[in-house]
Amino acid sequence: MKVKLEVNGEAHERDVEPRTLLVYFLREELGLTGTNVGCDTTSCGACTVLLDGESVKSCTVLAAQADGHSITTIEGLASGDELHPMQQAFREHHGLQCGYCTPGMVMAAVSLVKENPDLDEAAVREGLEGNLCRCTGYHNIVQAVLDAARSSREGAW
Amino acid sequence: MIPAPFDYVRVGSLDEAISALVEHGEDAKLLAGGHSLLPLMKLRLATPSVLIDIGPVRELSYVVDAGDHVAIGALTRHHDLHHDPVAVSQVPLLSMVAGKIGDPQVRHRGTIGGSLTHADPASDLPAAVLALGGTLVARGPAGERQIPADAFFSGFLESALAPDEVLTEIRVPKAVGGHAYQKFVRRAQDWAIVGSVVARVGDRVGVALVNMGPTPLRALAVEQALAEGASAAEAAERAAEGLEPPSDNNATAEFRRHLARVLTRRALAEAGV
Amino acid sequence: MSILGNRVLRREDPKFLTTGGTYVDDLPLEGAVHIVYVRSPMAHARIHSIDSTEALRSPGVVAVFTAAEVDLPPMPPGAPFANPAMVRPWLADGVVRFVGDLVAAVVAETREQAMDAAELVLVDYEPFPVVIDPEAAAGSDILVHEAAGTNVVLRMPEDLVSVGMVPPEAATEPPEMFAGCEVVVRQRIVNQRVAPCPLEVRAAASRWDDGHLTQWTTTQAPHGVKASLAQIFGLADDQVRAVAPDVGGGFGAKIGAYPEELFVAWIARKIGRPARWVETRSESMLSLGHGRAQVQLAELGGTRDGRLLAYKLSVIQDAGAYPAFGAFLPLMTRTMLTGVYDIERVYFADTSVATNTNPTVAYRGAGRPEATAAIERMVDIFAAEIGMDPAEVRRKNLVGRDRFPFTTPTGTTYDVGDYEAALDRVLEAAGYSELRAEQQRRREAGEAKQLGIGLSTYVEITNGIPGSEFGSVEVLADGRARVRTGTSPHGQGHVTSWSQLVADQLGIAIEDVEVIHGDTDLVPRGVGTFGSKSLQSGGVAVFQAAEQVVDKARKLAAELLEANPNDIELDKQSGRFQVAGTPSASKTWAELARASGDGGLSAEVDFAASGATFPFGAHLVVAEVDTETGGVTLKRIVAVDDAGRLVNPLIAEGQIHGGLAQGVAQALMEEMCYDEQGNPITANLADYEFVSAAELPSFETYSMETPTPINPLGAKGIGESGTIGSTPAVQNAVCDALRHLGVRHVDMPTSPLRVWKAIEQAKGKS
Repeated sequence: MKVKLEVNGEAHERDVEPRTLLVYFLREELGLTGTNVGCDTTSCGACTVLLDGESVKSCTVLAAQADGHSITTIEGLASGDELHPMQQAFREHHGLQCGYCTPGMVMAAVSLVKENPDLDEAAVREGLEGNLCRCTGYHNIVQAVLDAARSSREGAW
Repeated sequence: MIPAPFDYVRVGSLDEAISALVEHGEDAKLLAGGHSLLPLMKLRLATPSVLIDIGPVRELSYVVDAGDHVAIGALTRHHDLHHDPVAVSQVPLLSMVAGKIGDPQVRHRGTIGGSLTHADPASDLPAAVLALGGTLVARGPAGERQIPADAFFSGFLESALAPDEVLTEIRVPKAVGGHAYQKFVRRAQDWAIVGSVVARVGDRVGVALVNMGPTPLRALAVEQALAEGASAAEAAERAAEGLEPPSDNNATAEFRRHLARVLTRRALAEAGV
Repeated sequence: MSILGNRVLRREDPKFLTTGGTYVDDLPLEGAVHIVYVRSPMAHARIHSIDSTEALRSPGVVAVFTAAEVDLPPMPPGAPFANPAMVRPWLADGVVRFVGDLVAAVVAETREQAMDAAELVLVDYEPFPVVIDPEAAAGSDILVHEAAGTNVVLRMPEDLVSVGMVPPEAATEPPEMFAGCEVVVRQRIVNQRVAPCPLEVRAAASRWDDGHLTQWTTTQAPHGVKASLAQIFGLADDQVRAVAPDVGGGFGAKIGAYPEELFVAWIARKIGRPARWVETRSESMLSLGHGRAQVQLAELGGTRDGRLLAYKLSVIQDAGAYPAFGAFLPLMTRTMLTGVYDIERVYFADTSVATNTNPTVAYRGAGRPEATAAIERMVDIFAAEIGMDPAEVRRKNLVGRDRFPFTTPTGTTYDVGDYEAALDRVLEAAGYSELRAEQQRRREAGEAKQLGIGLSTYVEITNGIPGSEFGSVEVLADGRARVRTGTSPHGQGHVTSWSQLVADQLGIAIEDVEVIHGDTDLVPRGVGTFGSKSLQSGGVAVFQAAEQVVDKARKLAAELLEANPNDIELDKQSGRFQVAGTPSASKTWAELARASGDGGLSAEVDFAASGATFPFGAHLVVAEVDTETGGVTLKRIVAVDDAGRLVNPLIAEGQIHGGLAQGVAQALMEEMCYDEQGNPITANLADYEFVSAAELPSFETYSMETPTPINPLGAKGIGESGTIGSTPAVQNAVCDALRHLGVRHVDMPTSPLRVWKAIEQAKGKS
């Protein structure tokens, strides 16, 4: 079947099997391998992307369901060479180690802050409950998101 | 994992959805947010041959104040229900429960209709709708009918919907009084090991339990005890009466019964009963 | 000013944050087929037949392979001393021995086609009785490997004595082991089986070009993979290249090469096309090696005034169906048996057994967390028994700071330590007496939510496996430096830390240092990254290579500037060698590199440390236990850790954080469970309680830096400390919260069910 969607601001059309999951559409059809697959039970959040600006787990969305919608992946977050404030905060706070959960974690965090930048630590922890990380113990990720939320409240993004 | 192959039909209206269900018969499944169905399909625990995507039927996404009750379109996402001003002010319980489902990504996709028709005893919303004493509206080729929430959950992962029916709307009475949802989990994103929902609707106190049997269910003994004037603590002691909860890695049936009593006592207290 | 010890931001990050890393599954591989393995759904069964007819007819299928087609020598044995009759076949040889055992390999044009076809391979199984419980395995008539005649894989100390690793007198329990002990406490402790769960599951890809094999694989040790492949396929050194591209975590489980990965190369050769394999998470939970899995019987004796005198630990190690490194890890438990305490008489015994479960391997800490968990738990039980504060019992028995190097009764020599300082620091940072007062208040008020305070004072061994690690530094004609390292980072930040080490000595900007790792064609030798060894082995090698390069450059500069080498100084600000007192006469790195010719300004070092190092620390956990539901909420995690000198505190803290979370997760959340028939019941991330941000508090970490004399950096390992220290602190906190209710011990994970049962049981007794 034909699927037409906008990814990182660019229109794409592909002919795919109906069972094609959005994450494999992005990775295999479009070569956007920044989005990773970490589980098969919608648990880990490594595949998180933005669908019309909201975080979704792209392993649990059919490419067909995203037809006509707009997707943002980690590759589309920075503006040219300038990191998005969330990317910058992850870097400054050492919020990543092996990097595998990172794209999904960053996208989930962007969506979280966009919905409500007025977050405290508990809200960040609850808000990231759907994203698993094995390396960082989450401590620095939480610090990064709090920092980025602060900059968002101050109008930086 | 990747689902087994299937045919995909996208519909743009409720009528088209019903026609497609009639055409494809029992092997077809409705796809809304897909957050109950797709996980099962990926593990190949469900292998429908046709998926009818009703996601684009935007007419089924709404929360409206309908006078004596609140009407919620079946395709209303958990995220929208959680933030909707009508839900927040008129049925705060439902709004709050919607915010406790899964994780933010799941709430961005999952719908109330999908959650109710999946009829998982471990789900949050079915118990909330039961406690509120809601009514479900279904439409099929023969027209529309109303199903009381009490009659909707007919068995393990089974609802009273006919194969060619679509759940279109959920009606719940306005309930602005005390309410509570005590959800007991080991991990925030998990299904409840046991949950207890309390809703005060007018003079009535509705109590429903999560993961305490093959279906979402009401704690009838508690409700009855309260109606007969028992104290909240006394009533809570009857939370597990007559129930056969499952045993699994997280809890034995006996532990679940105990949790149901403790959580119901706490929920009643929190709801000001 | 030195940049060592600075919080330099990671050079690795921009790529991960913008395009994502390049993991094995991200690599384009023209013309590659996809492999899906058919795995056993039964824990123990005979295979009567395998029918691939329908699978072969399925669209896109290229081949289906079973044991009958395999023409490879057997897999190398997975553990020293392991019973040779327990070796693992490539594909099941008529018997399957755990759920997840490899039965067949389906090869197809696409991943989807291979998955579809794998469901069509029909296998006729005759179920056998199973042995799942490790405590029953040694005495069971049911044998995992019929030919072995026993389920016992190895025994300690007997097997260690037989090869001279321990003296014969250690083979028997000392007579009058508990003589003079006024109190002896005994406890059966389960250090449960856990799943390592790196976020990236395993993946491998193989390509043959005219008899030369390239293997991309998710590994912590690419040179080990290369060696395995060379041995299996009979290849010369220049005929095989192993590449670890970005690797999404390992935690010990990706040290050894698995049959699934190595077999990809066989398939690629057999069908004459590149081949790739990526497992699913559900597969990974079944067959990526599990960790821990010890059942311990611990006995600790001492005097009523708190002096510990004798300690005995008997271990049953579950090795799983095909003994791998996990079978051997009790050696590390023995090595660290007495922890930070000075205990005179000890005895350790282990029986490692085969069961119808997934094999066990190294997992963050690998044998040491099991030692620490046992002794730390026992000290608390002992303290409760004699009615003394657990901090006080610890203090009375710590090895004093003036006693290093200190040799323990099991023959381990600790380099340096100040355990009491760590204990003091953690008690002070946590506000110990206030916490005890709050605990007392809640007890007296009879509140539903009780407070538990858990301590753990730990020491662990890092870089414990003898041998050297490779590092080289070369200055290029453009003045930049190129580093090659035998370590294989997968999150540890070596690119940044090694750049710091080189930049600091050469006066070349960090950005101008290139660090190459993870490719056996580009790095001649290497051991890899595990056992908290990298900085103190590979880092030191790079450090020393940099020193040698500076020396070479100084001599060359002296020649070119016609000066005495002793008069040449390196100005690290400008990166110039100049004659002392005459800065105008100078040579840049680029000039020197050009003058020395290709590769002239380079040095290679294989650094072998003279011994292991022993990081230590003290952790304190405050847990709130809901005595009605059994639910545990962690309120505070305070950690004092000493890993010697830190090159990059930012990275070191990150290692501690990750370790803490994994240690906490074992104590509170995670367990890989099998039912009585050997069916795994926590085989995906929905059922396996992988800890998330929402269950953890922020960590309160404090660093001590007692340098080790073992290496010139003064650095000790840090990758595993957090895990080792935190697990018993959490478990002790949970038990401490319930002590006044009559609960003595709760096994891990201290789940609501276990906590509730323990309370109910205590109620029944009183």
